[in-house]
This record gives sequence, C-alpha cells and structure tokens, in this order.
Amino acid sequence: MTSGSQEEEAARARPAIGETIIGAGVLVLAIVMFWQAMLIPVSPLYAKVGPTVVPLMTAAALGLLGVLLLIDAWQGGWQPEEEKTVKPDRAALLWIIAGLVLNVALIGPAGFTIASIILFVCVARGFGSKAIVRDALIGAAFALIAYFGFATTLGINIGSGWLESTIERVIGVEGG
Amino acid sequence: MDAFSQLLNGFAVALTPMNLLWCLLGTTLGTAIGVLPGLGPALTIALLLPITFKVEPTAAFILFAGIYYGAMYGGSTTSILLNTPGESATIVTALEGHKMARNGRAGAALATAAIGSFVAGTIGTLGITFLAPVVVDWALRFGPADYFSLMVFAFVTVSAVLGSSAVRGLATLFFGIWLGLIGVDLQTGQARFTFGLPELLDGINVVVVAVGLFAVGETLYVASRYRFGKDEIIPLSGSLWMTLEEWKRSWKPWLRGAAIGFPIGAMPAGGAEIPTFLSYYAEKKFSSKPQEFGKGAIEGVAGPEAANNASAAGVLVPMLTLGLPTSATAAIMLSAFQSYGINPGPLLLQSQPQLVWGLIASLFIGNVMLLVLNLPLIAIWVKLLQIPAPLLYAGILVFATIGTYGITQSPVDLILLYLIGGIGYLMRRYDFPAAPVIIGMILGPLAEQNFRQAMTISAGDWTVFFTRPLSATILALAALALFGPKLYQLAMRPKPDHVPGDA
Repeated sequence: MTSGSQEEEAARARPAIGETIIGAGVLVLAIVMFWQAMLIPVSPLYAKVGPTVVPLMTAAALGLLGVLLLIDAWQGGWQPEEEKTVKPDRAALLWIIAGLVLNVALIGPAGFTIASIILFVCVARGFGSKAIVRDALIGAAFALIAYFGFATTLGINIGSGWLESTIERVIGVEGG
Repeated sequence: MDAFSQLLNGFAVALTPMNLLWCLLGTTLGTAIGVLPGLGPALTIALLLPITFKVEPTAAFILFAGIYYGAMYGGSTTSILLNTPGESATIVTALEGHKMARNGRAGAALATAAIGSFVAGTIGTLGITFLAPVVVDWALRFGPADYFSLMVFAFVTVSAVLGSSAVRGLATLFFGIWLGLIGVDLQTGQARFTFGLPELLDGINVVVVAVGLFAVGETLYVASRYRFGKDEIIPLSGSLWMTLEEWKRSWKPWLRGAAIGFPIGAMPAGGAEIPTFLSYYAEKKFSSKPQEFGKGAIEGVAGPEAANNASAAGVLVPMLTLGLPTSATAAIMLSAFQSYGINPGPLLLQSQPQLVWGLIASLFIGNVMLLVLNLPLIAIWVKLLQIPAPLLYAGILVFATIGTYGITQSPVDLILLYLIGGIGYLMRRYDFPAAPVIIGMILGPLAEQNFRQAMTISAGDWTVFFTRPLSATILALAALALFGPKLYQLAMRPKPDHVPGDA
C-alpha cells in the first residue's frame, strides 16, 4: 500500500517539478507555523502544556513530512502515470476561476443572485456549454430558488441585492 | 435485553410522523446525491449544517443519517450505469456491475446491489444496536491519556494505512489539524495562527473546508479533464427481478460482505474501501464461476455492495460511543453534535437516549425506505444521471457558494473556500487523500484537549501515555499500523512482485 519499490523509482529518477513545489510548499508552511507558534504568548501558569505545545508538534510533523515529500519528489515523484499523461484543460480551469473571482467580487455589491448567475454561466462555459442565455436563465432560476429556500427554511440571510429585494417587495416573501 | 427495550423506545421516537418525514427526506436526498457524480454525503451534510440552528437534534441526525445511508445506495447506481464510481467505496462495484450493465443485466446488478445494501445495512444497524452498549461499558474506563492515544491510533489508520502513501496521508492529516488549530485557544484565550485577521478568531468553519475540498476542488478537477472523456450512460436494461440463479448467487455474498464490512467499519480505523476490496477477493475465491469475474459476475456486485453498507453502519459505532469519527462524513456529523453542544462519547447513550436510539431506529426504517426508493423507483434516479455536466457542476458551485456565504456573509470565507478548493484540486491531481483533512480538523482539537488534560493530571509528565497500560497498548498498535507495512515490505523484499507505481 505504501509507495512501490524504491529501487525502481530511483532507476528512472528525475526530480519531478510539481512534486518538488508541493514538498517545498509543505515545508514552508511548517516553517511559517513554527514561527507563528513561537509568537503565541504563554503564561507561566500553563508553561508545561500551554497553547503552543500541540501547534509546535504539528509544525514539526509537517516539517518532517515536507522533507520526506521532497525526497520522494527528487526520486522521480509520485504522481500516478494516468494523471501525468493528462494535460489539464487550462481554458476550462480559467473559465471556472474567472467565475469564482467575479463571484467574490460581486456578491457584496451586486447581491447574491447576480453573482450566482455569472458564476453559473462561467462554470457551464468551462464545461463546454455555449448556450449562454439558456445557462443564465437556468442559473437565475436556480439561484432564486436556492436563495429563498435557504432564506426561509434555514433562516439564513444571504447577501441580497436589488434583484432579491425587488422580488421580495413584489411578491412578499416566497416559501422555498 | 436492555438494548432491545431501548431500541423499542427509539422506534417510538423515530416513528413519529415528523421524524418519518425527516427520514424520508434524508434517504431521498441521500440517494439523489449518491447518484449524482460530484456530490457526496460529506459535502451535503456540511451544506446542511445550518439546519442545526433550526431543528431539534433528533430530527437533524435522522436527516443526516438518512443522507449517509442513502448515498451508499445511490452511489452503486452510478457505478453500475456510468462506470464512474461516485465514491471510493463503490469502485469495486463498478468493476463487475458496469460489465453486467454492458451485458444487458443492469437490472439484476442494481437489484442485487440494492437488496444487498438492505440486508447488510440492516445487519450493520443490528450490529450497532448490540455493540454500542458494549463499547460504552468499555469506554467509560478511558481516561484522557487513553483517549488521546485512541485518537492517535485513528489518525494513523485513516491517513497512513488506508491510502496509497503514508507520507501523503499524514501530510494532509497534519494540514487538517493545523486548520483545526486556527482561532482562539479555548483554554487560554490566546489567538493561534490567525495572522491578525479578526475573521479567523472563531476558527475556520468546517463547512468551508469540506465544501472547498469536495465541491470546488472536485469541480476544478473534473473540469480540467472533462473534454478528454465523455461518460456513457448505459440504459436500464434487463428485468429488475433477479432470476432464481441470481438470488442463489447473491445471498451468500451479501452475508459475507456484511460480516467483512461491519467489523472493519466499527474498528476505530474505519475506511470503506478496504472491506469492499476484501469482499471482492473473497467472492472471487468462493465463487463457483470464478471465470466470470472481470466479465460481470453478480457476486462481485453483491458482496462489495453489502460490505460497503455494513461498514458504513460500523463507522457509526466509534462515532456515537467514543466520539471518534473515522470518515469525512462522520467527522462532519461530529461537528453537528458540537454545534448542539452535545459531546458524543460514552456518556451520550445515557445523557441522550432519545437521540441515540431514535437515530438507530431511524436507520432501520431508512433502510426499508431506501429499498423501496432504489428498486421500484430506480427509473427516476436514472433520469438524474442525464443532467448535463455543465449545469450540474455550475449548480454545485452556486450551491457551495450559498452554503458558505450564508453562514457569515463574509467574503473572507468565500476566498478561503476557493483557496481550499484550489488546494483540493492539487491534492486530487497529486494523489493526496482528502478525508484526513476533515478528520484532522475535527478530531485534532479534541485530541489536543485530551492531551492537555492528561498532561495536567500527570503534572506535565510525558510518560503518562506509555505507563497507562491501555494507552500504551493503543500507541503500540498505532506504531505497528504505521511502521508494520514498511517492515513487512522490507522483510519480503527478495520477491520483486510489485508493479512499479502504486494504483
């Protein structure tokens, strides 16, 4: 169950870039954690088992694991062959990321429904749908149902913009 | 039998019209999200956590348990008809089930999966009924040191033993523990790892992490490779009525699957994949027609499906009796308990008998509902598979956003959600398991609490974990689980029978 025989890995060993970055990232995280944990003030009352003991242990463990990951990475990495052969579809990812970023940016100023419609259209586009108008309409219906469903059944107030307020004013509060 | 009379009381709770409705809602929703690729029980329950502010605990847990069981049933439908296992626990089902569907026996495959799930789910729930009080008797003797060691053991097994690599599993586990540590330390009031952000003082909500990993990360991953392969849905074919021969070939695998799945699930190690694989190999051995394996053998569907459901039931034993979640879904359920201010553990059965026994009784009822939902009504669920992927995943992300943004209306949570989604994508691509993050995040703070209590009791003496016999035994087992496979590999070295690159 653990990674296959090391000799064979080493035989075709070439440092793997993606894995090296991940290993280094884990190591950097561990160092930042260590540094942040040292900044936590400890009252002498709790000197033995204070608030820093477990954070420091976690940082140490993560640091060790980061080193082990780096060693693995330098021995050729661990990414499954099947994943290596598939080049991720950059355009699809970019559409979705654009949708997410726009959503964060707009959910406050424009309200939940509008931000959701844009997210919906972008994600659908990322998955190859070209029917923007249809997607926007479905997204709008979906977002409004979700909005009123959440608002009424779970009592959650999701950021409302002019669209939601207008609808609420026109029809009163709808049951989800 | 005490457990028996308690269970009868539980049925009185679960059979009230409202609770029956919750159960029906849960099982229906569970089946739906089990069928839909890209949605799982952990994600769904996480998105529904706000319900804990509105309804009483019994109703909420009946709903959650229905989702949990329902997803197991629904997942097999996707495996059989689509060959894309929705969850790791149904990978094995796809092996034979999809072949059966291709051979025009989809009906029989779905039937043996559903009936097997029912049989094993019922046996597993019976197992909970009688095992839970026994474990509780045991667990009452546990001190904080023993609990800490038990949690260490669970950490090791869920991250290091069950996945494809111990190092990667542990790395994600500690990442999760770190996420759990962020916020104000409840014992001393000190802020930890908040980087000066006031939004982080209350800690990171588990919903943000679960939804980030399972919805955003998953969507990114699927999108990144979507154009490379289109799934083909096999239409429902063949009678749903199994032939006499199919019944004969199914009933023993069901029972064997339940016998394999429940004990493994109930161990504080969890994991639904191992029992399904074990059951698959067992059935291959026992089968009178081993040559059919790989070409659509009904035993290869019946056994693993039963094992999967029995182990799902088993996972609830350590969750309810020890407060020890061993799957992502159980960890989210634990956080639901916490949001009610209830501590699952040995005292839960005494302090909340209505809740626990009502929940267990509802599992029996839910299994019956699920059998009906998944056999006569199967055609409805097949329709769900025809939702086009663009709309499905767009909907998932919109829902993920509402679920997260709705909690605090804070853009910081949304940014965190998407960042964790990005990490989730990389984890998928580089073969890191996701469940240890959630388990570490929920269980980490509890482990810390027990650790500090034990250290306070021992006046700062670290050896307390090794001098208490129970704690020492559990730690030894954890060490064995962590290093055993490596040592075994070293001992077995001469034979190079390993295929390079683990699956």
